[in-house]
Amino acid sequence: MISNNIPVLIPLTFLVTAILIVILGSWRRFFVHPLAILGTAFSFVVSLYGLTTVLSSGTIRYHIGGWIPPIGIEYVLDPLSACIATIVCGVALLVLIHSRVSVESELPEKVIPFYAIAMLLLLGLTGIVVTGDLFNLYVFLEISALSSYAIVSVGEKRAPVAAFRYLLLGTIGATFYLLGIGYIYLLCGSLNMADVSKLLAASQINPALVVGIVLMIAGIGLKMALFPMHGWLPDAYSYAPSSGSALLAPIGTKVAAYALIRMVVYVFPSEYVQKDLPILDILAWLSAAGILYGSVMAIAQSELKRMLAYSSIAQIGYIGLGIGLGNALGFIGAILHILNHALMKATLFLVAGNLRLKIGHSSLYQFESVIGRKLPWTSAAFTIAALSMIGVPPTAGFFSKWYLVLAGIEGSRWFFIAVILISSLLNAVYFFRVLEKMYLHVHPKEDNTEMKVAERDEVPASMLIPTLVFAGLILLFGLFNVAIIDWVIKPMILSNP
Amino acid sequence: MNVIETYASFIPLYAVLASLAAVPLILLSTRYPNLRETWTILAAAAKFLLVFSLVPNVLLGKSAVIVIMELSPGICFSLKADAFGVFFALIASGLWILTSIYSIGYVRGLNEKKQTRYFTCFAVCLSATIGIAFAANLLTFFVFYEMLTIATYPLVIHKETPEAISAGRKYLTFTLSAGVILLAAIGWLYSRTGNIEFSPGGIFDSSITLTNIDKILFILFICGVGVKAAIIPLHSWLPTAMVAPTPVSALLHAVAVVKSGVFGIVRIVGFIFGPYFMHQTGMDQLLTIIACVTIITASLIAFAQNNLKRLLAYSTISQLSYIVLGAALLSPASFTGGLLHLANHAFLKITLFFCAGAIYITAHQENISDMSGIGRAMPITMTAFTLGAFGLIGIPPLNGFISKWYLGLGALEASKPLVLIVLLVSGLLNAGYFFPIIYRSFFSVSPKHNHYKEASPLLLIPLVITAVFSFVLGLFPNLLLHLFDMATTISHSVIGVTIK
Repeated sequence: MISNNIPVLIPLTFLVTAILIVILGSWRRFFVHPLAILGTAFSFVVSLYGLTTVLSSGTIRYHIGGWIPPIGIEYVLDPLSACIATIVCGVALLVLIHSRVSVESELPEKVIPFYAIAMLLLLGLTGIVVTGDLFNLYVFLEISALSSYAIVSVGEKRAPVAAFRYLLLGTIGATFYLLGIGYIYLLCGSLNMADVSKLLAASQINPALVVGIVLMIAGIGLKMALFPMHGWLPDAYSYAPSSGSALLAPIGTKVAAYALIRMVVYVFPSEYVQKDLPILDILAWLSAAGILYGSVMAIAQSELKRMLAYSSIAQIGYIGLGIGLGNALGFIGAILHILNHALMKATLFLVAGNLRLKIGHSSLYQFESVIGRKLPWTSAAFTIAALSMIGVPPTAGFFSKWYLVLAGIEGSRWFFIAVILISSLLNAVYFFRVLEKMYLHVHPKEDNTEMKVAERDEVPASMLIPTLVFAGLILLFGLFNVAIIDWVIKPMILSNP
Repeated sequence: MNVIETYASFIPLYAVLASLAAVPLILLSTRYPNLRETWTILAAAAKFLLVFSLVPNVLLGKSAVIVIMELSPGICFSLKADAFGVFFALIASGLWILTSIYSIGYVRGLNEKKQTRYFTCFAVCLSATIGIAFAANLLTFFVFYEMLTIATYPLVIHKETPEAISAGRKYLTFTLSAGVILLAAIGWLYSRTGNIEFSPGGIFDSSITLTNIDKILFILFICGVGVKAAIIPLHSWLPTAMVAPTPVSALLHAVAVVKSGVFGIVRIVGFIFGPYFMHQTGMDQLLTIIACVTIITASLIAFAQNNLKRLLAYSTISQLSYIVLGAALLSPASFTGGLLHLANHAFLKITLFFCAGAIYITAHQENISDMSGIGRAMPITMTAFTLGAFGLIGIPPLNGFISKWYLGLGALEASKPLVLIVLLVSGLLNAGYFFPIIYRSFFSVSPKHNHYKEASPLLLIPLVITAVFSFVLGLFPNLLLHLFDMATTISHSVIGVTIK
């Protein structure tokens, strides 16, 4: 019985928690963080249970208010959405555990609003993942967007400007999406995803449909930071508070990528996106451009969070490329990379948060003491994540690239293979530069001054353990990627009608 | 294609893990240097014994196999201790014991900092090397190959001077670029044939139609492993990496990195592409030419070097291509000769590097022009050096002569007499740059070296052992390690014709 309600429990928990945080938090601030953890943990357990149920007994559908679709709004938990929901809740849980000390130190007077809005953000994100209705997706898209604008704006000095720019661009994107579904609704008369997919399959392509599809994809693409609609991301991720970036970066764009996959693979008929309109092709080319652009720009950065932001643009490109290649291997690579990148970016942003706590900044050229000695475990976690981003086996990052390369070979898309491989080398350039700065006593090329050798001063356990857990998962999910593919990803492909 | 008998065993896995298991112990003993070094020696001994225990079965034609897990749908992370794998692993693990003893003397003699990082990385490197030796397919090989790149980087930049760091960057640029090329090649091969298992004699046979595209695939593979194998023009990271401490250079240049590179080339030529492919596409000619060019050019550049380690680096580049040549000629004798040279060069070169390190520690000299008369101050060291040099030149009865003899025989078997000339010329060139060093050290007079003595026993004993072993191997090639028998077994399995 409870299993039927899982799809709605996942987002609903966050809504209830957000309200509770405000009420109980105003009474006693002590309650705020444990409530946030409890709510996220509950959602995570529910999504995990949902994932196992879906994989063993099939898709779960929940009708809100008992209204039958296509009139009513339907929440659907199929292998894809269950997997993404689990990733979102799991990553959020660990990041929120880490955030207690970080938020206390960076935003001491804004703890209650931060956590409440973080819950609303997760409400929006998980809502996007479980919903089966196009307009409902828009609602959750806006909820998550508004929450992210708020989270970004409480960061550093330049944060409000970054948040405002993000707001402008994000609203444009959401509006594109809304217009797009408007066209679809006019043509099909339905807003339910499963229904629309059947109706579209039965009809012919026409100009109105083209406009609708393109608008929807453009809107989602902007949220995903698909090149060239990525402009909001570097500033937003750099200036947000550490825990804010750690929440947004690993899961925000991934949920948009999920929405894109949902549209392109499940809702729109495959002839539309491959033969009638070269959507997958364009997606692949834009992703390739994003990969190169993000990697090159990351090399030019001197501040860690900004470097990671540009790196994220490149990594989203991998996911987009996987989808755009259009074959099963590409799909596997894309989904695997959603998981792997979430883990890698979470580790990296948590490390940035650790640095900010202990040395007050994360500017690479201003390290005064040897970080490797001062924060050895943090540095170790960073090294594992860096190796994974470069694609050194047997970390998880290697395997997503392996499948993408195989997908490219299968489609004989040699240029894209070259892009993937060159970007690995570019990643090596900026990550090894950080490793040099973290571990070595002498600055190469600059003045040969020795760095101060500081005493070990590692971050507290509540920050260290999530960082290390993520790093460990990177190795674990790398080695056991076949298990993930066989149990979780293959059913996604098979459940696609 | 020849079928090898296989049996399941955990020993290959234990051999790989022996030094990884030592890593946490080394890290924890950082405040107790003697305890820390004990872990290294114990791990090295354990590894060698484990590998050695595989030799009898291998000589009977049986290989230990273990499948660890599935890495990618249809491709497993698996180890197979076949004759070639055991051959390489034996050399690597045996020489690691000696290098560890030498390292202890060296880093303590120079009071180097970061010794824990040094010994930890060594342990990981050797794990990776044994993993490369025992890899059963290209993906497993690739995992360990990249692991070796990452693990050797901290060793190259060990001194943390600006030169060391920039040498490290160059090293990574070369090796990581090669890594991505290799990855693409492996993916392409998998797509093309669905099979990336190492099989003696190759996976291509007359049932597969070969096109020009396959030639590009082969070239990509050679570029992928050729960087570590230091074939020209992919070699220039090696002399620059000489900035590392001498035991690291000894390890990189005799045991782990470069030998992994040529091991990779022989695996690709003999166990993936095979004689049929090589002859049909003419890639054997191409590889022969590349090898000969490397042999001669590197020897010529060696002439101009004053820094002893750089000279030895170029000598290594040249000698490695003997092994490539042996594989490229694809005749039974040449293949055997190439394999024997993989072993012989390891012993000889490590002797030379050990001597260079001993000279650096006692006399603080790196340049040949400053080494006048050092032979009289350090007679044991320089005698060992002389033995090593004679071995590389190919003077009997040292072991180097045997591998060169078989390479020469192989050249004739493959009807390529020009290669004989290359071998002869290269021998003369080797003499040309080694003899002046020997002469100068023994017969030139210089007052400043009079009061030096030999280096500490920790440094001296390993180099004497390797020098003497090289001499003895020349007389009894099968002594202790059955290297000669294994080489012929491997040759037979790949080329398919028995030789005496």
